[in-house]
Amino acid sequence: MPFIPHTPTDVSEMLSVIGAESIDELFDEIPEALKAAALEGVPTGRSEMEVARLLTERAAADGRLLNFIGAGAYEHHIPAPVWAIATRGEFYSAYTPYQAEASQGTLQLIYEYQSMICALTGMEAANASLYDGASALAEACLMAIRANRGSESRRILMPRTVNPTYAKVAQTIARHQGVEFEAPAFDRRTGRLSIDALKGSMASGGYAALVIQQPNFFGNLEEIDALTDWAHANRMLVIAVVNPVSLALYRPPGEWGSEAGGSGADIVCGEGQPLGVPLACGGPYFGFMATRLSHVRQMPGRVVGRTVDTEGRPGFTLTLQAREQHIRRSKATSNICTNQGLLVTAATIYLSLLGPEGLERVAASCAERTECLVQALTRIPGVAAAFDTPRFHEAVLVLDRPVPPVLAALAERGIAGGLDLGASHPELGHAMLVCATETKLDRDIEAYANALRDAIESPSAARAQLEERA
Amino acid sequence: MSELGLREPLIFELSKPGRRAPSQFPPETAVAGDLSDGDRGAAPGAARGAGVPAYLRRLSRPHLPEVSELQVVRHFTRLSHLNFSIDSHFYPLGSCTMKYNPKACNTYAMLPEFLGRHPFAPGPQGFLACMYELQEMLKEITGMQAVSLSPMAGAQGEFAGVAMIRAYHQHRNDAARMEIIVPQAAHGTNPATAAMCGCTVKEIPCDKSGGIDLDALEAAAGPATAGIMLTNPSTLGVFEHRIADVARIVHKAGGLLYYDGANLNAILGKVRPGDMGFDVIHMNLHKTFSTPHGGGGPGSGAVGVGPRLLPFLPIPLVGLQEGRYRWLTEADLPDSIGRLSGFMGNAGVNLRAYVYMRMLGRRGMVRVAEYAALNANYLMKRLTDLGYEAAYPARRASHEFIITLKSESRRFEVTAMDVAKRLLDFGVHAPTTYFPLLVPECLLIEPTETETKEELDHFCGAMQEIRREMEQEPEKLRTAPHTMPVRRLDDVRAVKQLDIAWKPAP
Repeated sequence: MPFIPHTPTDVSEMLSVIGAESIDELFDEIPEALKAAALEGVPTGRSEMEVARLLTERAAADGRLLNFIGAGAYEHHIPAPVWAIATRGEFYSAYTPYQAEASQGTLQLIYEYQSMICALTGMEAANASLYDGASALAEACLMAIRANRGSESRRILMPRTVNPTYAKVAQTIARHQGVEFEAPAFDRRTGRLSIDALKGSMASGGYAALVIQQPNFFGNLEEIDALTDWAHANRMLVIAVVNPVSLALYRPPGEWGSEAGGSGADIVCGEGQPLGVPLACGGPYFGFMATRLSHVRQMPGRVVGRTVDTEGRPGFTLTLQAREQHIRRSKATSNICTNQGLLVTAATIYLSLLGPEGLERVAASCAERTECLVQALTRIPGVAAAFDTPRFHEAVLVLDRPVPPVLAALAERGIAGGLDLGASHPELGHAMLVCATETKLDRDIEAYANALRDAIESPSAARAQLEERA
Repeated sequence: MSELGLREPLIFELSKPGRRAPSQFPPETAVAGDLSDGDRGAAPGAARGAGVPAYLRRLSRPHLPEVSELQVVRHFTRLSHLNFSIDSHFYPLGSCTMKYNPKACNTYAMLPEFLGRHPFAPGPQGFLACMYELQEMLKEITGMQAVSLSPMAGAQGEFAGVAMIRAYHQHRNDAARMEIIVPQAAHGTNPATAAMCGCTVKEIPCDKSGGIDLDALEAAAGPATAGIMLTNPSTLGVFEHRIADVARIVHKAGGLLYYDGANLNAILGKVRPGDMGFDVIHMNLHKTFSTPHGGGGPGSGAVGVGPRLLPFLPIPLVGLQEGRYRWLTEADLPDSIGRLSGFMGNAGVNLRAYVYMRMLGRRGMVRVAEYAALNANYLMKRLTDLGYEAAYPARRASHEFIITLKSESRRFEVTAMDVAKRLLDFGVHAPTTYFPLLVPECLLIEPTETETKEELDHFCGAMQEIRREMEQEPEKLRTAPHTMPVRRLDDVRAVKQLDIAWKPAP
């Protein structure tokens, strides 16, 4: 009721134009037997003030934790202009830009976004975004199978250094099309892939693609040149899963591999959330995807192109639509319709504000903060770093006791201490994944170290350690 | 007139080497200090010192714009002026439900405690309570037994729905059922989704009044039938009143019924998909429950299921046990079709839908359908009085209706596209054109319940003027729009001379 503007006079005038006695009469084609009773399970409506009170109280009850969890979603400073502009009604409440003449704002912004993703990844073509990093990888796997003309295989190498949730999502989405995944192990000493292990796992018939996450799920930097060369030598495409902030410091996937010229990753995707999108309990985020021009017609999702209008002036429009569901129906590259437009708006503003230097400073600061965190935490007896490999802004710590009670004790002290890897990577022992971004000051790191020391010495954690020894 | 802004240069064209927005840089630390002004030429990654092997370092900085904070604010504000949006314009885009997005939904979904929460941080009871109650309300509205909020858009909800139908047949050792029936008028996502799920598509025709051809359905349904995908009201803007017969035929053949929630706004609180016989439904929270379209997303495609598909729901969903809310996972639903997103779907979108539903309440829900139907039927009558031809004149409009310009296109050599483009000059966003494909030269018009009678009358005034132009100066339509930042764009050139990323001059 609250947003319906009709006065009683409006209603009677409109009904008389229609020639109906009542609004109910407009539903006379619905069989009586099917008509719904009152929606008892929906509460009665509330004013904005009442709902505001409810939400504010619930949010306050959830409180705020000092966050050291990453694992695919990263806490960064978000400049004030980002959401002040992204939530302008002209962006927030517009539809997909089908009517190009009335959507040049959204279209130009997406073109600028695509350009920035190409610049970061070192690729030639980017789409207007996908739902999130995990589903972008699923789409990348399906795309690799379509694009790899040199291989008949429908198998993909998805190593255990890839985010385990991403691997699950790829499985959910791609298995219906007969795609199979194999999960090569990583080197337990370095926490990254080893070529020898990959060679050992090669099945006859080969693979369509190798997925390389850089930095990998543990935060470690993979040896991308050797891996890319090996995959290409074995007729696989390389799917790079990258953190966009890290690309300010590390070699872009377009330059992976040692061969001059014709090398580089073939498909690049990842989670765009670090670029100005808040953690927000898990979403909405956005996935980015980029590729070489030669594969662009196999890429799913919206793409914006620059062209000219009938007077020869530059303008922007959706292009390459012959790949999409509304034209191709069951033969489309994907069923996807939308991108994550609002989040792309935020990311484009974020990247414009940070620029090449700012993004590099953010990335360098993240790496430096994480080293400080690891140093501070591993000074505590019973805490050790699992790997001594070059890393970006995450690290695996191994404890001398089970992780869950320690994390629970940290949460009681107001700290989200990390992600327990017990379920996803039991081979690592009592391991957890921790992260520090540029948002973590020295005193935050100190607070974590003190809380962890306390937590380890707390009765419940001590009990867990005793049980473990018994 | 539309009053959009002028064209704006690319942000890259505003860029100047060395210009920055330094208040957005992280605090200087000993290491980041290496990058201060004097060392601008330093190779990226130098800051990491010896930790990063040289072969992993980036050799040249990415071509991102170098601009000041004000330049950024002004550039994107100016770009925003080049858009039509619900906040600024009437947007009767059929099948898209462009209703008012209440500001409160955004404000209270963006409370700092919600925004700052990491998805893997220990279970936030306040946030989860909202999600749980949202699931419960959606169950009630759709007549389903359980709801999962994890699909991130309508198309992903469709995917989840068809994947669940497949899982159901597989668990009954009936896996040969691989055919999905869709009516000819179906949205393109329906066949595309069926294909993504490894199914084949069987299209069946519609009859003259816009209903499903029941004889064709009877002939199509059989031992290969996995299910049927339907919207009701259909994409033709009319209610399929023989839905009980459709359900009987499909269920008798061993298939399941999938409800595409694209048109749920039309029947909210009036009739429930579960009561019509559907086994699974996806809802577009960005349509019916008024979360923003955001220039093309994020959406949210929650799915609801009847008893047959309960075990297969996509994870995670929110459960309530011993007074505490928590995410249910693989351990709770071992037969789930799996995860569709890296975390919890488009959580913040779901929160906006929750705020909206709490403000509307049970009576407000029903009034959505009532006033959406009132506005649509009023517009249909006014337009036919002006001489336009409704595609299904004998039928009630649902929340939307179709005008066909078949005869106008012959008489005046103007197309539905010309009319759509000319409407932009009157400050009205174009209706959906050329969908459904079944009706020639069609405009699919959906005014939604939040528009005033005056706004609808303004639209009718524009359509009346366009009708006069059609007869007296059709060239004005063919060359429209005349007042937008650009004229019609060369789509062929866009494909042939593909320019999808700016590159610096060599």
